[in-house]
Amino acid sequence: MNTTNDVTAQNRRTFLKVTGLGTAGFMIGMGLDGFSTAARPADGGEIIKSVYNPFVRVSSDGTVTVVVNKLDMGQGIVTGFATIVAEEMDANWGQMDWEFAPADVETYKDSTGVQATGGSRSIRLEWDRLRQMAASARYMLVQAAAEAWAVPASEISVSDGELSHPSGKKGRFGDFAVAASKIEPPAQPMLKKLADYKLIGTRLKRLDTDEKTDGTATYTIDVALPGMLHAAIAHSPKFGGKVMSFDDSAARKISGVEDVVQIASGVAVVADRYYVARKAVEALEIEWDFSEAETRSTDQMFADFRVMTNGPGTVARNDGNVDAAFAQAAKIVEAEYELPFLAHAALEPMNAIVDLREDECHIWTGSQAPQGDQLYTAQIVGLPLEKVHVHTLYAGGSFGRRVTITGDYNKDAAMVAKAIGGRAPVKLQWARENDMKGGKYRSMTYVKMRGGLDQNGNMIAWHTVLVTPAYAKGTPFESRFIHDGIDHPTVEGADINPYEVPNLKLETHDPEMGVTMSHWRSVGHSQNGFTMEVFMDEMALAAGQDPVAFRRRLLADHPRHLAVLDIAVTEAGPAPTGKGKGRGVAMHESFHSYVAEVADVTLKDDGSYSVDKVVCAVDCGLAINPDNVIAQMEGSIAMGLGAAMREEITLTDGEVDQSNFYDYFPMRMSDVPDIQVHIIPSAEAPTGVGEPGLPPIAPAVVNALRAAGAKPIRKLPIGDRVEV
Amino acid sequence: MVTFTLNGKQVSFDGDQEMPLLWYIRDEAELTGTKFGCGVAACGACTVHADGVPIRSCSTPVAAVEGQAIKTIEGLSTASEKAVQSAWRELEVAQCGYCQSGQIMSAAALLAENPAPTDSDINAAMDGNLCRCATYHRIRAAIHEAAKRQTG
Repeated sequence: MNTTNDVTAQNRRTFLKVTGLGTAGFMIGMGLDGFSTAARPADGGEIIKSVYNPFVRVSSDGTVTVVVNKLDMGQGIVTGFATIVAEEMDANWGQMDWEFAPADVETYKDSTGVQATGGSRSIRLEWDRLRQMAASARYMLVQAAAEAWAVPASEISVSDGELSHPSGKKGRFGDFAVAASKIEPPAQPMLKKLADYKLIGTRLKRLDTDEKTDGTATYTIDVALPGMLHAAIAHSPKFGGKVMSFDDSAARKISGVEDVVQIASGVAVVADRYYVARKAVEALEIEWDFSEAETRSTDQMFADFRVMTNGPGTVARNDGNVDAAFAQAAKIVEAEYELPFLAHAALEPMNAIVDLREDECHIWTGSQAPQGDQLYTAQIVGLPLEKVHVHTLYAGGSFGRRVTITGDYNKDAAMVAKAIGGRAPVKLQWARENDMKGGKYRSMTYVKMRGGLDQNGNMIAWHTVLVTPAYAKGTPFESRFIHDGIDHPTVEGADINPYEVPNLKLETHDPEMGVTMSHWRSVGHSQNGFTMEVFMDEMALAAGQDPVAFRRRLLADHPRHLAVLDIAVTEAGPAPTGKGKGRGVAMHESFHSYVAEVADVTLKDDGSYSVDKVVCAVDCGLAINPDNVIAQMEGSIAMGLGAAMREEITLTDGEVDQSNFYDYFPMRMSDVPDIQVHIIPSAEAPTGVGEPGLPPIAPAVVNALRAAGAKPIRKLPIGDRVEV
Repeated sequence: MVTFTLNGKQVSFDGDQEMPLLWYIRDEAELTGTKFGCGVAACGACTVHADGVPIRSCSTPVAAVEGQAIKTIEGLSTASEKAVQSAWRELEVAQCGYCQSGQIMSAAALLAENPAPTDSDINAAMDGNLCRCATYHRIRAAIHEAAKRQTG
């Protein structure tokens, strides 16, 4: 490992402060790699930031900067990573800072080989590496202090950001920051023991709270580059539609319009202001060619999906012999489930800034996969990969939307930049309608389940047939997701079905779709967790058993699943009784975390209902930031409730019916019930929390409504009323 | 030409009078704390105060605020407004943070008018502000906390 002294901006925020830009937009003043400009603090001195390794830097003022190779889209990963590093370095929480890593796959890829954020894997996969990087930095600081003080390193202790020696010598990290960077890093740094942790597991102030409370946090939409132009775009109203011809004469008359360009995805207007560009887009008259477009309605798609289940699918799991078991079963239960497309509807409509220069290109955006943005942009603008630099910014929500596995808004931005010959940096900003109608939805899914009970009420057979599109097909990331003909995100959750049913078969069908789909918070688990857990209750009912007891018997060798189930049920207390009251339980493992949720509902005679209370138990291994674990569970549950109760994207003759928040309805303040979260104490390695809270909520609510007297609910969203 | 005050400073604008106030605030005044989310007054990310009343700046033509006092997240200054922000910080309300300026503006306006809001008052005042991260629990708790501080 090479250590270099690097005179840099302390960080973006300090740079803003010292240059006095304040709130007047975010001027990009840092060097191209983000790390090469000197900052001059108010006192005129220079802060020297020393690079210890790709993840840890220490400045002469004592600031420890964690380089975060992930996107923070609200899940709190910046604070999570900083906590791990601070703990291992024995730093003081107040000296911690962070910056996003550039797109640099070789340096910042995770152990799965990509530089991307998703699958709730940031903490799980970076836990070891971050601790090693931090422990290495700590070692280097100690060695530097030992040299300076001429004492053995073994006699130096570190606590709360202070190095000390029994002789009375004391120093802060900043005092040794430069000297330490010249120390050879250890081959295998010693890691702290769990018992010695002081920060992990405590409530620490999130590093992004202040700037997200006073309006100064910088998202892509807030970036203003000198001379930057703004682009808005009209897309085909049907997926796969192409521009046949367009009339831009009215649009070009609008003052401020600089250009109108046709790109592969539609027609874009480039103007001096976004408002002008948007107004001009409305003035475009475009004829679309729908000859290769998706023209079906969602009803027709479901009908097509249903037909597919008549033929054999690709077998993703096959334990025992389901056919033989069904032949012997005393009772067979069959159920079919329909799950709709869902929009991510992140509150910051998709956007990216592209500055195409003669021999290099810069992108500013909040991306879950900067590697993808880099690749697509390089292809579009015709530059080698290493000449395309991605600068990551906060994303105003994402939930998988900014994974950009096939690229869309980021491609729009690159294509517009190319179309105007790179004459100015351009910010491409989608309107809400572009986003709502723009695809990349959670997959529409049809599931057929069949379960068999023996005469003692034991579940002996379970056959699941999934019809859900393999959306990674044909993308540069196909090999990552599709093996043996199976698109793994579509079967996830069902493939690791923990219930000990001796004869279990999982088959999948991959329908052709013109609609684009992508990862949506918890991905395949959002469908499979739902159908598995609703079906569990249907089987328990058929067996005449209590749903929790029925599950427990099938989880005998799964202590972590059992523990969350038991804690959630215990913490929920006695079930509410009385007319219309119902309680439902669901438990699901996703991304190596285990979550059980108990929902209490009230069902009225007219079929209307309310979700009154949700109790959640989560086992995510060692909880790095317990308060953030709770926050992620609260958010996932409330977001999942929206999907359970009323969110859906539908198409009529190929056109998306929804367009904005007046016809697509995420949860609002008055919709959200009381939510209580219990974290299982654990010394296991930490796992993720951004998604696992979501899958159990919809089945818990459906099971509760059923318990309260509703007829079976096998289609989401539930809607305002159920059949009673 | 329209003239109004923005965070206490008199401003005037002689450009497109139909332009929504949101874009004046963001692009002309360069105050970027106020966000664009839907463009149709359906999400609340663009909420600012006009003479103390929360409005959706994305759907308010700049001409409509003639003579009014406009306040954005950057202009919060009263003790009550500061109490809202400090409760937001202490309860770690924000996740992605994008909607929070609008949430805070709606909450500050609520507390200015109703120093001890009930849960249903909070529902009524805050239902226009979407949070896709669904931080609603903490928003509600922070409003109660801010109310407690300003009255207690």
